[in-house]
Amino acid sequence: MALLRVDNLGIRFGAAGEAAPAVDGVSFEIAAGETVALVGESGSGKSVTALALTRLLASPPARYVSGRIEFEGREMLQLPERELRALRGSGIAYIFQEPSSSLNPVFTIGYQIREAINLHRPEIKEVTGEIVRALNTVGIRDPEKRLNDYPHQLSGGMQQRVMIAMALACRPRLLVADEPTTALDVTIQKQIMDLLKELKQQSNMAILLITHNFGLVADFADRVLVMFHGRIVESGATVEVLRNPRHPYTRALIECVPKLGQKQHRLKVIDYAGIE
Amino acid sequence: MLESNSAASQVPLLKVENLKVYFPILGGVFRHKVGEIQAVDDVSFEVRRGETVGLVGESGSGKTTIGRAIIRLTEITAGTITYDGKVISNLSAAAFRPYRKKIQIIFQDPYNSLNPRLSIFEIIGEALEIHFPEMTLAARRDRVAELLGKVGLKRDHLDRYPHEFSGGQRQRIGIARALAVGPEFLVCDEPVSALDVSVQAQIVNLLQDLQEELGLTYLFIAHDLAVVEHISDFVLVMNDGKIVEAATAEAIYENPQHEYTRKLLSAVPKL
Repeated sequence: MALLRVDNLGIRFGAAGEAAPAVDGVSFEIAAGETVALVGESGSGKSVTALALTRLLASPPARYVSGRIEFEGREMLQLPERELRALRGSGIAYIFQEPSSSLNPVFTIGYQIREAINLHRPEIKEVTGEIVRALNTVGIRDPEKRLNDYPHQLSGGMQQRVMIAMALACRPRLLVADEPTTALDVTIQKQIMDLLKELKQQSNMAILLITHNFGLVADFADRVLVMFHGRIVESGATVEVLRNPRHPYTRALIECVPKLGQKQHRLKVIDYAGIE
Repeated sequence: MLESNSAASQVPLLKVENLKVYFPILGGVFRHKVGEIQAVDDVSFEVRRGETVGLVGESGSGKTTIGRAIIRLTEITAGTITYDGKVISNLSAAAFRPYRKKIQIIFQDPYNSLNPRLSIFEIIGEALEIHFPEMTLAARRDRVAELLGKVGLKRDHLDRYPHEFSGGQRQRIGIARALAVGPEFLVCDEPVSALDVSVQAQIVNLLQDLQEELGLTYLFIAHDLAVVEHISDFVLVMNDGKIVEAATAEAIYENPQHEYTRKLLSAVPKL
C-alpha cells in the first residue's frame, strides 16, 4: 500500500464559475521511504497541493471540488478534525520556505521544539535530551546552548535547520519540504540539501520536495512530478525524466538552469505559448 | 562589452579605493560604541564603461553594502569612490544629487521595493518630477510608457498598482524606474535572487539587451555564481568584507584560485 495516494485532486478558489482551478486532476503516489520532487513555477499549484494533504488550506476560499487524498489508507478529506490534527506533525510534517515566518518570534527555539514533542510524542519523558538530539541531527553546534536562543538570533540557514529539527522530532512518515532553500544563499542551500540527503538515508521517512529549480532535483529525488497550470504534465524516475524529458515544459524547465562554464549568449527562457 | 580604442574608455567609469564601511555596535546604558562590524574592509576595484562587473558572495559578505555605499544609501567609513574621474564620496548631499541621474540601483526584493500605495506611473515617474521638473504631465506619461515598453510591459499597466503584478513583472518595473532618469551606471543588487529560475533567465536577458541598447555599465551583485558568470565580464569574489579573488568570468570558472571561490562554485546546483 502506498504511503500517500492522491487521486484526481481538484481545488478551486473563490466562487463557483470563477477562474481556472488551482489544482486540476492531480494524481500521484508516494511510497514509504521514497523521495519525490514536485517541480513547477510560481503559480503552478504545487504549494496548494502540498497544503491540501493535511487540509491546511483555508476553506473557504479553497474548495475541494474533486478527488481523494489517502494517507496510510485514511481518506484525509473526510477525516474528523481531531484525527487530522493528530496526523499533522506526526504523520505528515512540513518545512516551509521562509523559516523566519514559520518560527514563532516570541518563543525560544527550545520551547518550540518542546511543544512539538509534547504534542505528538507524549511517551518521551526526557524531552530536553530529545531536543538536543534533534538539533544535533540537523548539524547545529552546541545545541544545549542554542535552546534559549530566539529565532531572530539565528541566521536563515540555522533557522531552517531548526525547522527541520522541529519537523523531525515528531518522527513523521512523510516530510513535505516546500521550497525549503529558495530564501537561502547557494552555499547554505547546498548544506540544507546535503542535510536532507543524509536524513533520507538514515530513516525510512518519505520526502516530498517542492521546488521551481530542477537543479536541486537531480541529486536528490527518486522520482519527479512536473506541474504546470494545476496539472501534472510529466512524471517518472528522475534519471529518466532528466535524460529524456518528453513534455516541452519539462524540457524548458530543465534548460532554464544556468550552467556553469557554458557561458551562452542568451539564457533560455520558457515559451509558454508554445506549450499550451 | 563595448569595443573602443579611445582613451575615454580606458579611464574607469567607477573606481573604488580602499573602501571601508564599518557599522558600530552600541551597548551599555549610554549606548556607546562597544565594537564594530567591518562590513566592507579595505576593498578596491574598478569598473570600465560598458562592462559588467559581478560581485559575488554570501549573505554578510559585504557585497550589498558596497552597492549601497556607491549610491550613498549607506555612509562610508573610509576610502574613496571616484566616478568618471571625479571623487564623489566626499560630496555634500546637494553636490551629489546630479550624480543620482547617472548612477541608479535595482533592488533585490520585488515585493518590498515598490511603494504599494503608488501607481506604476507614479513609481517610475517620481524621479522624472525631481530631476526633470520642466517636463509636462503628458510628457512624463509618454516617457514612462516608453520605459514600460523597453522592459516588456504595456502602456495600460501605467495606472495599476504593484500588488497586481508578479515578482518578475515587479522586477521589470524596478528596472524601468532605474532607467527613468537616463543613467549610465546601474548597481544591480541581487536583482534575480528572489525569482524562479525560469524568470531569472528572462530578467538576465532583459538586462543584457538593455545594456547593449543603452550602453549601460553594471555592477551585478549576487550570490549565485552561475548567473554571475553568465552576465559578467569580470568577477570579484567577496568573503567577510574582503575581496578574495578577482578575475575574468571564464578564469573564475576554469581556474579558481581561492578556496572560497571553489566553495561557491561547488554550491551551484547542477544537472
